[in-house]
Amino acid sequence: MIRIFKYLKPREWLMAFISLFFVVAQVWLDLKSPDYMSKITMLVQTPGSAMSDIWIAGGKMLLCTLGSLISAIIVGFFAARIAATFSKQLRSLLFNKVEAFSMEEINRFSTDSLITRSTNDITQVQMLITMGLQLIIKAPITAVWAITKIAGKGFEWTLTTGAAVVILIVMIGFLMIFVIPKFKKMQTLTDNMNRVTRENLTGLRVVRAYNAEDYQEKRFEQANDELTATQLFTSRAMAIMMPVMSMIMSGLSLSIYWIGAYLINAAEMTDKLTMFSNMVVFSSYAMQVIMSFMMLVMIFIMLPRASVSAKRINEVLDTKPTILDGTRTEGIPGLAGEVTFKHVSFKYPGAADYVLKDVNFTVKQGETIAFIGSTGSGKSTLINLVPRFFDATEGEILIDGVNIREYTQEALHNKIGYVPQKAVIFRGTVSSNVAYGDNGQGGYSADEVKKAVAIAQGSDFVERMDGGYDADISQGGSNVSGGQKQRLAIARAVCRKPEIYIFDDSFSALDYKTDRVLRSVLKKETAGVTSMIVAQRIGTIMDADQIVVLNEGRVVGKGRHRDLLQICEVYRQIAMSQLSEEELVS
Amino acid sequence: MSAQTRNKPHGRPAGGPMGPGSMGGVAEKPKNFKETWGKLIAYCKNYMPAVVVALVLAAIGTVLQIVGPDKLKEMTNEIMKGLPALVNGKQLLGTIDFSAVKSIAFMLVAFYAGSTVLSFIQSYMMATITQKISKNMRTGISQKINRMPLKYFDKVSYGDVLSRVTNDVDTIGMTMNQSIGNLVTSITMFVGSAIMMFYNNWIMALTAIGSSIFGFVFMSIIMMKSQKYFVRQQNDLGAANGHVEEVYSGHNVVKAYNGGKEAKKIFENVNQNLFDSGWKSQFMSGMMMPFMAFIGNFGYVAVCVVGAALAMNGTISFGVIVAFMIYIRLFTQPLSQIAQAFQNLQRTAAASERVFEFFDEEELSDESQKAKRLENVKGDVEFRHVKFGYTPDKTIIHDFSAKIKAGQKVAIVGPTGAGKTTMVNLLMRFYELDSGEILLDGIPESQVRRENVHEQFGMVLQDTWLFEGTIKENIIYCKQGVTDGQVIAACKAVGLHHFIKTLPHGYDTPLNDKANLSQGQKQLVTIARAMIQNAPMLILDEATSSVDTRTELLIQEAMDKLTQGRTSFVIAHRLSTIKNADLILVMKDGDIIESGSHLELLAQGGFYADLYNSQFEPAA
Repeated sequence: MIRIFKYLKPREWLMAFISLFFVVAQVWLDLKSPDYMSKITMLVQTPGSAMSDIWIAGGKMLLCTLGSLISAIIVGFFAARIAATFSKQLRSLLFNKVEAFSMEEINRFSTDSLITRSTNDITQVQMLITMGLQLIIKAPITAVWAITKIAGKGFEWTLTTGAAVVILIVMIGFLMIFVIPKFKKMQTLTDNMNRVTRENLTGLRVVRAYNAEDYQEKRFEQANDELTATQLFTSRAMAIMMPVMSMIMSGLSLSIYWIGAYLINAAEMTDKLTMFSNMVVFSSYAMQVIMSFMMLVMIFIMLPRASVSAKRINEVLDTKPTILDGTRTEGIPGLAGEVTFKHVSFKYPGAADYVLKDVNFTVKQGETIAFIGSTGSGKSTLINLVPRFFDATEGEILIDGVNIREYTQEALHNKIGYVPQKAVIFRGTVSSNVAYGDNGQGGYSADEVKKAVAIAQGSDFVERMDGGYDADISQGGSNVSGGQKQRLAIARAVCRKPEIYIFDDSFSALDYKTDRVLRSVLKKETAGVTSMIVAQRIGTIMDADQIVVLNEGRVVGKGRHRDLLQICEVYRQIAMSQLSEEELVS
Repeated sequence: MSAQTRNKPHGRPAGGPMGPGSMGGVAEKPKNFKETWGKLIAYCKNYMPAVVVALVLAAIGTVLQIVGPDKLKEMTNEIMKGLPALVNGKQLLGTIDFSAVKSIAFMLVAFYAGSTVLSFIQSYMMATITQKISKNMRTGISQKINRMPLKYFDKVSYGDVLSRVTNDVDTIGMTMNQSIGNLVTSITMFVGSAIMMFYNNWIMALTAIGSSIFGFVFMSIIMMKSQKYFVRQQNDLGAANGHVEEVYSGHNVVKAYNGGKEAKKIFENVNQNLFDSGWKSQFMSGMMMPFMAFIGNFGYVAVCVVGAALAMNGTISFGVIVAFMIYIRLFTQPLSQIAQAFQNLQRTAAASERVFEFFDEEELSDESQKAKRLENVKGDVEFRHVKFGYTPDKTIIHDFSAKIKAGQKVAIVGPTGAGKTTMVNLLMRFYELDSGEILLDGIPESQVRRENVHEQFGMVLQDTWLFEGTIKENIIYCKQGVTDGQVIAACKAVGLHHFIKTLPHGYDTPLNDKANLSQGQKQLVTIARAMIQNAPMLILDEATSSVDTRTELLIQEAMDKLTQGRTSFVIAHRLSTIKNADLILVMKDGDIIESGSHLELLAQGGFYADLYNSQFEPAA
């Protein structure tokens, strides 16, 4: 928890220090006003005191509260500024950190978790700081100060106040020990119920088809019962809090007066009046003490949650990116779009087995190389090594004759037009999605965008959209279909004018016809660009210059379609499952 | 996990009512406050007597608390008798009447104890009632889901329904619990303490009320002013989270396209906005507490000074000041609570509105009257002049007729979005026809119950739907009286048995996030499920398109076993899988444009032939 505060800047520390000063001022003023109250009490009781004295005392007391308000506002201002600056800083740090991560680190944390850490966790920490500056500092000071003030005024009263505090702490402690864990459990149970509902919703057609409505409802009821039982427990237990709290408050006032009656009776003649005014003042201080203890308890409830959040944020900030930049920006002159794999192997850190083992090939400018194999054969992993989403564990990958680790990432990525399996679409417009990023040549013109979309066979649907190329795309591209998203993603790669295309199973969302037309146009319009294609359909890759067949991470065949049919058993099996024999040789 | 569920706040503020700054924030406004509350009350009518009892208890408890200060005043006055006082210029010393003090004190103890017990009973009852209502609502939603036509889910996202089950019902549970009870106690306390103040001394009462009203007017101005910052903060936070989510989940593309710089620029911008609205709204809400304290203190000072003046005149006793010092607290405290309770009532209404909206959605028609049943179905299927559209203004299937004999294999092909799945939806009666009829063994589907239609079909879909349970549970699903032997036989038939044996708990291995089943294996589980179902007819909707072709071969074999002797409907992306079908229906833009066997269609040289040949043509 404390470690995270190292990200606070001196300016914020200074602000925090000033706030501390004002907190002290506020507490002093808060505790000063009962003094004036006591004075007023005395004045009222003392025969012959002037009304003007009462006004003066009242005025001073009012000044005290006003001063306290002003201090509180100043502290509130600083607290809000510090917390907001701090969380802005943290958010920015986290964002930049994650930005620098490779897929390996992203996978280690999982995208979902990184999102939570960058949003909810930071909010938690921010809340603690705002509250903390006002309460963590204020509550103990008030408690201690108020106790010293009342300590001398009557042992019996102090004892009573102490008892009230103890009752309060015992009750809240009891609630914390027995109820707070249930709140955590409640989250799990809620997730559980959510899951069952989501299952029912996503499997709606299956549920109906199997007449499994009752079965699902029974599962839901079970989750619902568990959740309700826990919720009943927590809310019933919490029901005790407010009544007991107001009982403590009222009871304390009563006790102070009741005890006061005896104390005054026992006091010396001259002390009686002082004693009486003490009594009135005491009840006011006692409330302050109780309130500050309550605040302290609240902090203790918040602290564990915020410190978990802080820990999770630190975890991300402490992670070092494994992919480091090189220095070269250019390959060997004369080469463009040549990719060579030399004895490349890859395994995930900590894993026992290699995902890829000893892969070798070279693809020349303008050629097409395709990778095929069953699920889990490592073809996506292989292609992901080229833009350095992961680094090869052994061996080396050369682009234009230079090891990819020697390039700056920016220069490396400028050579590549990458289209992932699952099209990534950003909120914005069609144009902003196609003209996404930076290819080191300073932006794209409207014509370039148009041409790229045309090559990707997207002109038809884009021009039919409301607003054409400026049509809005919502988050995740939820207002365009899967095939349309894929075509936009391909257009994005084309627009980049790269040396190498990487298509990671990018054509399977398209129907055969679109697939074929798109590849024809691509070949014609962007001749000279090397293509690396991962595919499932034999039809997509039949005409590739080189086909690499992968099985369990090893290359089991390499060559052209016809040759592979003869020599590679795995390839033949894949092909047979899609096409009949006479079609294969036609 | 969908974006909707991810964005919901995790956990809840532990300690509920103690939450600081709870006066800030944006309360969602319902469309029709009154009507929704009316519906809510009608929905809870079984609990209404208990609610009324709880509220009466709350009111009594509060009254007891309000009488307290008045008694404390009497006690103070008793104590004052023990103080030296000037009577006719001579100092006199009275004595404290301890029996009077004692009796007042005991009375107060009884009052406070009674008040505590009553308000505890009230809170306990309300907590129980609201949780039970929440539970009923959740059950209601869950059951409602299964009674609604699939049509509804075409226009509403799952996340939306999910958020009703959890977020909205949770909100109702929490806010209803806090709002109703609080509202009654606060109003009682507010009115009660005002009455008691006037009863004691009207000048002091006016002072107290005047000074706090002044404060509250001031405060509500600030609150209204700060509202816009809360709205802005909410929006900015949404924008920041949205951007973070987008960039993180598209990390590979952001990297590969060097989009990082731009993403950072956008982020810094959003972050700056969030900082700006964030600190302002936090500052505003942070000011509420000190202001409340100030108003309390201000009233306090006013009461003290005016009280002192009056006491010096001898108009009032000092006890009145003591009583007022407490009354001013009792009076100012509920004002903020009332404001908060109203905000909560609004939130309850807004959330219930969404829940009731869902409850009021159209349901599937009641079929309990239909006595006709399909039994021992052979598998003859006939489409007779079927006409259908998802929306009334857009007919998709215009006039489709076809006869399928028992045991035949029917394939439906066509480009993406051609409406292939529509045929399945109609066959299963997931949607009702606009006109025409689908007959099973000569009996119109519309004349029997839906469940009866469903019983006739086994179904395997592209989305391998498994739930969190063991492998065995997933295979048996809701079928009654299935033996282990049958499960094993089914798994052997689809070639899963060996794999399942290698799992740590065999057939009892739970399927969850950690379970390492490949897409193909998951698909095989769903095929085994369909086998266990052993229905006379079968629907395979793109059952193999999400797996690679070698796995597909395996699945294909399993499915061929499944389709033996059954009428089957196969939708496929890959034309190779359906060449041996008895009847191929070619769909385009929602219409069936060609139909016949593979060879017939090729000979026609139409759309099918085109589609079929396109997969072999190299890119020129």
